[in-house]
Amino acid sequence: MSVSAPEAAASPSKGFRLDLKTAGPLLALILLVALGYALNPLFLAEGNVTNILTRSAFIGIIAVGATFVITAGGIDLSVGSMAAFIAGVMIIVMNWAVESMGVSIWTVLMGIGCSLILGIGAGFINGFLTTKAKIEAFIVTLGTMGIYRSLVTYFADGGTLSLASGAREIYRPVYYDSFLRIPYPVWVFIVVAIIGWVLMNRTAFGRYCMAIGSNEHVARYSAIKVDRVKTWTYILQGLCVSLATIIYVPRLGSASAATGVLWELEAIAAVIIGGTMLKGGFGRVGGTVIGALILTAIGNILNLTEIISNYLNGAVQGVIIVAAVYLQRGSLSARRKKAAE
Amino acid sequence: MAGQGEPAAPVVLAAKRVSKAFGEVPVLFSIDFDIRPGEVHAIIGENGAGKSTLIKILSGLERPTSGHVELDGAPVELPPDGQAVNLGIVVIHQELNLAEHLTVADSIFLGRELKSGPFLKLREMREGARRILETLHVHIDPDVRINTLSVADKQMIEIAKAISRDARVLIMDEPTAVLSVAETETFFEQVDRLKAKGVAIIFISHKLDEVMRLADRVTVLRDGQLIATVGTEALTPDSIAQMMVGRELSNLYPPKHEPDVDADTVLAVRNLMAPGVRDVSFALKRGEILGFAGLIGSGRTAVAEAIVGLSPLDSGEILHKGTPVRFADVSKSVAAGVAYMTKDRKGKGLLLTANLKDNLTLLTLKRHFKGPFLDDKSETRALERAVRRFDIRARDPSVRVGQLSGGNQQKLMLGKMMEAEPDIIIIDEPTRGIDVGTKQQIYHIIAALAAEGKSIIVISSEMQEVIGLAHRVVVMREGRIAGILEGAEITESEIMRYAAGIKQGGENERISA
Ligand SMILES: Nc1ncnc2c1ncn2[C@@H]1O[C@H](COP(=O)(O)OP(=O)(O)OP(=O)(O)O)[C@@H](O)[C@H]1O
Ligand SMILES: [Mg+2]
Repeated sequence: MSVSAPEAAASPSKGFRLDLKTAGPLLALILLVALGYALNPLFLAEGNVTNILTRSAFIGIIAVGATFVITAGGIDLSVGSMAAFIAGVMIIVMNWAVESMGVSIWTVLMGIGCSLILGIGAGFINGFLTTKAKIEAFIVTLGTMGIYRSLVTYFADGGTLSLASGAREIYRPVYYDSFLRIPYPVWVFIVVAIIGWVLMNRTAFGRYCMAIGSNEHVARYSAIKVDRVKTWTYILQGLCVSLATIIYVPRLGSASAATGVLWELEAIAAVIIGGTMLKGGFGRVGGTVIGALILTAIGNILNLTEIISNYLNGAVQGVIIVAAVYLQRGSLSARRKKAAE
Repeated sequence: MAGQGEPAAPVVLAAKRVSKAFGEVPVLFSIDFDIRPGEVHAIIGENGAGKSTLIKILSGLERPTSGHVELDGAPVELPPDGQAVNLGIVVIHQELNLAEHLTVADSIFLGRELKSGPFLKLREMREGARRILETLHVHIDPDVRINTLSVADKQMIEIAKAISRDARVLIMDEPTAVLSVAETETFFEQVDRLKAKGVAIIFISHKLDEVMRLADRVTVLRDGQLIATVGTEALTPDSIAQMMVGRELSNLYPPKHEPDVDADTVLAVRNLMAPGVRDVSFALKRGEILGFAGLIGSGRTAVAEAIVGLSPLDSGEILHKGTPVRFADVSKSVAAGVAYMTKDRKGKGLLLTANLKDNLTLLTLKRHFKGPFLDDKSETRALERAVRRFDIRARDPSVRVGQLSGGNQQKLMLGKMMEAEPDIIIIDEPTRGIDVGTKQQIYHIIAALAAEGKSIIVISSEMQEVIGLAHRVVVMREGRIAGILEGAEITESEIMRYAAGIKQGGENERISA
């Protein structure tokens, strides 16, 4: 009994589990890349890498927004239909502009402006209904999801809305051109991710999101304007959807009832694979970016190889999502047990 | 060693040379501990001494790093996750462990529901719950949901749940920390009853009078070491306190410096009506410590929450330094220099999964900016300051707050509120779960703040605390002010009389007139 208790011992190494948790998604991505390369060396060809990055940009940008919503304890199911709706309205507005004023760069700028306004507005509506009308986020966004989807179907009269060819010519480079050999969509993705990361980890807003998601009462008692912060997460989500749509429209130049179907689930999956907790309180923007890359890479690998049918893409993604969440759960419940005072 | 003349019954549960480390941090060193049927054995010690950890080991929730646990004289591996209940080891943990959305009856019967065939016997369970609650003299409807109850009521439900099980060993970690005198008294009755039935009872408490009243033997832990196990008859509250903190404790309460007679009124509340508050009026002067006493549910917390904007005001007036105010939410009241510390540290006070730093600065994050970004260094400095000032002991500063000992969580919460540098401080149960040594420190901090010209409202169910600290005491009863006591009137019996409604103050007549 002569051992003396070490007071405030120098903080021991950060704990292996935590490191593994942070690095987990990155490790998974590296493994996936190695696997892809082993199965088909073309996987790492420059063209294919650019292709993966460009494609992951849509889901990735939306998922960065979703990271905030989910971290603050909410959920947004409406993003896919919102994207379709915004795309539809953009096309209608641009076609109208082409008809009445002829084709110019203003046509595209009008479309973009309209997209930003719609995205922010739609996000605000989701946020307002969840915070002020006190309806659960799941219900609210399930509702708006149905509304946007049916509106775009209605605008397109059940068919497809196509962008007038003049406008398409001007708008095309936004998706297809590059700067420093990196396509514009990827640049947008990078910028959104960096801003998102800074917002989450280096500003009061991110800290407040985590506080609200982990215990709303504590947040309220700590002088945090809970409703306002939550509304902002949905606005941010709407803004991200609008940005994703702006780079998506020039890709096909059209919108229909099938645009953006299941994007909400892919975005949520990217967030979860990245290590953000679905029940809130803990968010990782970096993880989300990796999650989006993983999802796109899986589809790409299945395309490049013959081992598993491409039709099984969804199944493979499903397995990955469940596995990722299982791993999180494991380390979390160990922690919770310890934390139980 | 049983501390009693009768032949000692055989030991039921024992820890033999138990040590425990979390990762590389040792928290218990070779502890021996035992308990006999019909005996009450108290464990005391400073915050973070390892008391809760010891009982977690004794109930199977944690596994010792070395040493073992013996049940009825034979070494056992206790099943984890609370299944030791099946062996007759029932635990009430330091923090509440109730499922928030279940009803009271559901909670009391959780895990041993009454059934006929596959179906629940709802009526019997409701009746059973009602009977158990009656023996505890608590008036809680078995059908209400847990999340609508106050912390004290929740604690009574925990106690009801525990005593209604067939316990051989009942372990309680600070069961009375959130209770007031009346509830504590009925709790004592139940302990006596169980003891007479031959239940072995282990309990942890920082209230030394309680320890003296209930325990047959006392085990003292300090920094994870066993200091002594002694029979209570050989002890005085002073000698226990000394064993706990390892130094002599004099003057638990600092001397009172009355505020100037002509000190201005910084906060005046007039005819306040709010949820749980009926027609409350009082004034707080600069440099004054105003105590709020009363039974649980008498509306003290409700008054505080209404003032800082956590619950809506129905009517009435609040004057802050002479100007009428109505704080819409906490950010407004904090900006005006009025801060409130909740008593519900797990539910409303702290983010258990976040670290110490994030919790400390949550209320005042605005102060830690460098341009638009958070300044990690400034936050870390704030934590270092708070750790020093409030003696927060975390052996590893990067732990999650949920892993701190209960008392250290409390100190962190105090630190968090003080970060806002308020002029008017409303503290709800300032020393809940805090050891005597630190209590003394906190009392001195409070007194020093008052001497500096800050004004403090101390809401406390610990009568001694209110008496020892406050210049004036407001006694509340059923949402109203029953009386306001000053000077020599501030005694335990006076407060009790007002709190129980035996006496009505002139103050009250004036208000209702
Ligand atoms: N799961 C855990 N992980 C890491 N450290 C822990 C964990 N649980 C407890 N500790 C540490 O062990 C020490 C003892 O904690 P314990 O809860 O047993 O103290 P206590 O005597 O009950 O204190 P209090 O009177 O404040 O409740 C503390 O320093 C605490 O931080
Ligand atoms: Mg404890």
